[in-house]
Amino acid sequence: MKSEKCKMRDKGTDNREQVTERVRSSNSQALTPDLSLIAHRSSHAARRSMLAYAALVVGSIIVLIPFVWLISTSLKDPSKIFLDPPQWIPNPVRPENYVKALTVMPFPLYLWNTCKVTFMCLVLQVLSSSIVAFGFARMRFPGRNALFIVLLSTMMLPVHVTMIPVFKIWAGLGLYDTFVPLILPAAFGSAFFIFLLRQYYTTIPIEMDEAARIDGASTLQIWWRVLMPQAMPALITVAILSFMTHWNDFLGPLIYLSDPDKRTLALALWAFQGQYVTDWHLLMAASTVVMLPLLILFFTAQKYFIQGVVISGVKG
Amino acid sequence: MVQLAKSKTRRSRQARRQAIEGYLCILPWLAGFVALTLGPMVFSFLISLTKWDMINAPRFVGLENYATIFTDDFRFRQSLKVTAYYAALSLPLGMAGSLGVAMLLNLNLRGMRIFRSIFYIPAILPGVAVTMLWLWILKPQGGVLNYLLGFLHISPKPWLSDPNWALPAFVVMSLWGIGGGMIIYLAGLQSVPTQLYEAAEIDGAGSWTRFRTITLPMISPTIFFNLVMGVIGSFQVFTASFIMAPGGGPGYSALFYVLYLYQKAFKYLQMGYASALAWILFVIILTLTLIIFKTSKWVYYEAEMKNEK
Repeated sequence: MKSEKCKMRDKGTDNREQVTERVRSSNSQALTPDLSLIAHRSSHAARRSMLAYAALVVGSIIVLIPFVWLISTSLKDPSKIFLDPPQWIPNPVRPENYVKALTVMPFPLYLWNTCKVTFMCLVLQVLSSSIVAFGFARMRFPGRNALFIVLLSTMMLPVHVTMIPVFKIWAGLGLYDTFVPLILPAAFGSAFFIFLLRQYYTTIPIEMDEAARIDGASTLQIWWRVLMPQAMPALITVAILSFMTHWNDFLGPLIYLSDPDKRTLALALWAFQGQYVTDWHLLMAASTVVMLPLLILFFTAQKYFIQGVVISGVKG
Repeated sequence: MVQLAKSKTRRSRQARRQAIEGYLCILPWLAGFVALTLGPMVFSFLISLTKWDMINAPRFVGLENYATIFTDDFRFRQSLKVTAYYAALSLPLGMAGSLGVAMLLNLNLRGMRIFRSIFYIPAILPGVAVTMLWLWILKPQGGVLNYLLGFLHISPKPWLSDPNWALPAFVVMSLWGIGGGMIIYLAGLQSVPTQLYEAAEIDGAGSWTRFRTITLPMISPTIFFNLVMGVIGSFQVFTASFIMAPGGGPGYSALFYVLYLYQKAFKYLQMGYASALAWILFVIILTLTLIIFKTSKWVYYEAEMKNEK
């Protein structure tokens, strides 16, 4: 079995060699193009892209319908919610739904709670992940590689294994129903962000560190003044992912918060649903508002969302 | 001679200094790992050998929790079945769907950025808000899904209120979020050298042959990554199940594993039992991941190939 696989692999390499050979020869051919071949290929390509467009348009419509339904419901008069066939364009349009949804619960308070937790987590997590990543990328110490493997393997550990003891620890410290259990863990960094930043740091030339060291910079200064500015794109990516994780977090607030005045938006939305079960117009208005910051963030910083995928090197 | 020795000690002193500084750099993570991961893991295993309600002192019962789970717990078996069924449905569909969309987006046609955004957005939105939306979409009365399916001549489904349709409802909702996997596939696809396709096309290879012999092997590491993450993720569904079917759905047809674990821990305060459930989940995920790693001969690593040469 194994030898067969090896053969297949060898064949793979052979093929690739042949392929590069052909690429070379095709490049030389390109100097004298065969016009009919190009015409044939372009009509074929045109048909293919038409099909691709058709598929993408259909797919996009399917993806967008829930959003249309969300906005439509959020602007409807309560009496028009359960119509059959459904009313797509609300008549009358009721923007007041948003006002009502945001005033039946102390929305500014929940927004403030969420912002507080999210931003403190973000700052702590970016700074701590960054310095830990710096240690793994740039410093030499015994056990570094082993510890890095441990770090990577923690990414596979389900949070539920440690959930109960961690809960007990925070409760034992008298910190149940405070924001501390939600915020403080961020100060220990996140394995995924450390991995992401380490990958990025290794692409920054080490000569820059050495030059700074000769100029008398300390290790901390090298991290802060040399690597941090160089790694800005990766740091922004990590900051955005961190924002997203904490803004969207539900299990944490669900377990640790009990005082209604301490709710975050995700938790408040869930509690709201329990109270206004059939007021779908209000629920959809509230859901839209909770989604909005992420939509804005996505459209202003799209490239950083996508960069995270590229830096982590999952492309192989 | 003396100078050499001096520079040697200086170098070793420098190395020691760097080692200390290195440990200081990773200290935040190391402290967190010990306090919030390693310690709690040991603690969690010990708790799993006890009966504990978090109020009174834990009472050691040995392997009783595990024995009960495996021999006398209908809901454990049901939650395992539900979760496995969900994974078996949503994982292949999601992976094929996200790869398909990524391949379309990789054709580099005009307007791709817009399409990419549309498909990706559902994946970044808050789980609670997304679940609220789907709860409404799936409603048999007033919900829009059944209405739209009517156009395809599909009869209305009771979705979350019927034991046979509750789980498919979760799968449908999960497919809306394939954008996360899609964006990873897209990055993988964009790293495949275009010369390979051009050369194959000149050789007269059809699109299926090109897909099978170039695309699949070249992005196999990405497929592998998505598979591992997908398995890990689908065994940990919580938010959606907690909101759409907090009691586990009709006839426990949507009793996801982590929901059951959560109920045992924070509703019934059976911390020992819940810890045992958590460890079983961990072993299941670990086993599945190891199986995927062991059978990953199909993954083609370019760097490895170059080394073999």
